[in-house]
Amino acid sequence: MTTHDGYGDRWLDREAGPVVRPYALISGRTLPSGGASFGLIDVVVATGERPPPYFRPGPEHRRILNLCHRPTPIVDLTSEIDLPLGVVRVLLGDLVSEGMLRVLSTQKQQVTDQRLLRMVLDGLESL
Amino acid sequence: MDLNHSDGGAAGGPVPATAKILISGGFGVGKTTLVGTISEIRPLRTEELLSDRSVGVDDTQGVGDKTTTTVAMDFGRISFPSRLVLYLFGTPGQKRFWFMWDELAYGAIGAVVMADTRRVADCFASIDYFERNGTPFVIAVNCFDGAPRFEPEDIRIALSLGPHVPIELCDARNRDSVKKVLVSLVRYVMTANRPANQAGIA
Repeated sequence: MTTHDGYGDRWLDREAGPVVRPYALISGRTLPSGGASFGLIDVVVATGERPPPYFRPGPEHRRILNLCHRPTPIVDLTSEIDLPLGVVRVLLGDLVSEGMLRVLSTQKQQVTDQRLLRMVLDGLESL
Repeated sequence: MDLNHSDGGAAGGPVPATAKILISGGFGVGKTTLVGTISEIRPLRTEELLSDRSVGVDDTQGVGDKTTTTVAMDFGRISFPSRLVLYLFGTPGQKRFWFMWDELAYGAIGAVVMADTRRVADCFASIDYFERNGTPFVIAVNCFDGAPRFEPEDIRIALSLGPHVPIELCDARNRDSVKKVLVSLVRYVMTANRPANQAGIA
């Protein structure tokens, strides 16, 4: 891109990302509320519950809920919404705390589920 | 992921089964090529630790202990008709990303450690990490054109690997070859998981 001065519009191209700093969206928080932890391939879904009177979901909360009307892995959600993983986790924590989102499946440290491994093997072999 | 979650029919439809495999190895060994050969590449924004250099540039006053900034990485995604989604994550090489490794390794089926016979030592860091972490791994020797060819058993000695670790010669640009490597990893993990063999890995 072209730039006329050393400053100015140089900071406003696509590379610069959104004008609002990501952590401003979540009031500077870096950890989800309620000590929740969200693994990359955990699956979440919107519960369809209305927000409690004291909670006003922001535009990003609403975008997440829209994307999660079907069960969605967190890594796909994060990729789709184009916000940093840490920010998405904080937003997810808010929604889970308020009963608007539910975690459907979580990872364990080691994969020992033979049924899942068999599914992966069959899938790969069919490629 | 655990398949034994309480309800398969949650609001909004079927719950996909998810699994992940890590693709690791030194810089320029073909991790991105391998992932792109077999899966759909998607972007992910995540955090990275600020290096000393960027601390001087970014104003971190008033943000307490926050020493991360955001960065883009890619991951691979394969959707199967069985509603399984398999994710392939390349492990970022630079030191400032190392904190991401624990995150990526947690709950992974296992890892593919890619090796280049011209720079074998480049994959030592990955092997050390997965051995310490107890993550099962296979070695995929990416056979670059013009690189010296070695027998798998010579490579085993060069990498001082136990007899149980599978070693595959592969071409990261070739879909069947990549498929073979991933199949080899999953078979290895399935065997290692059987109670009689628990002592065999980790």
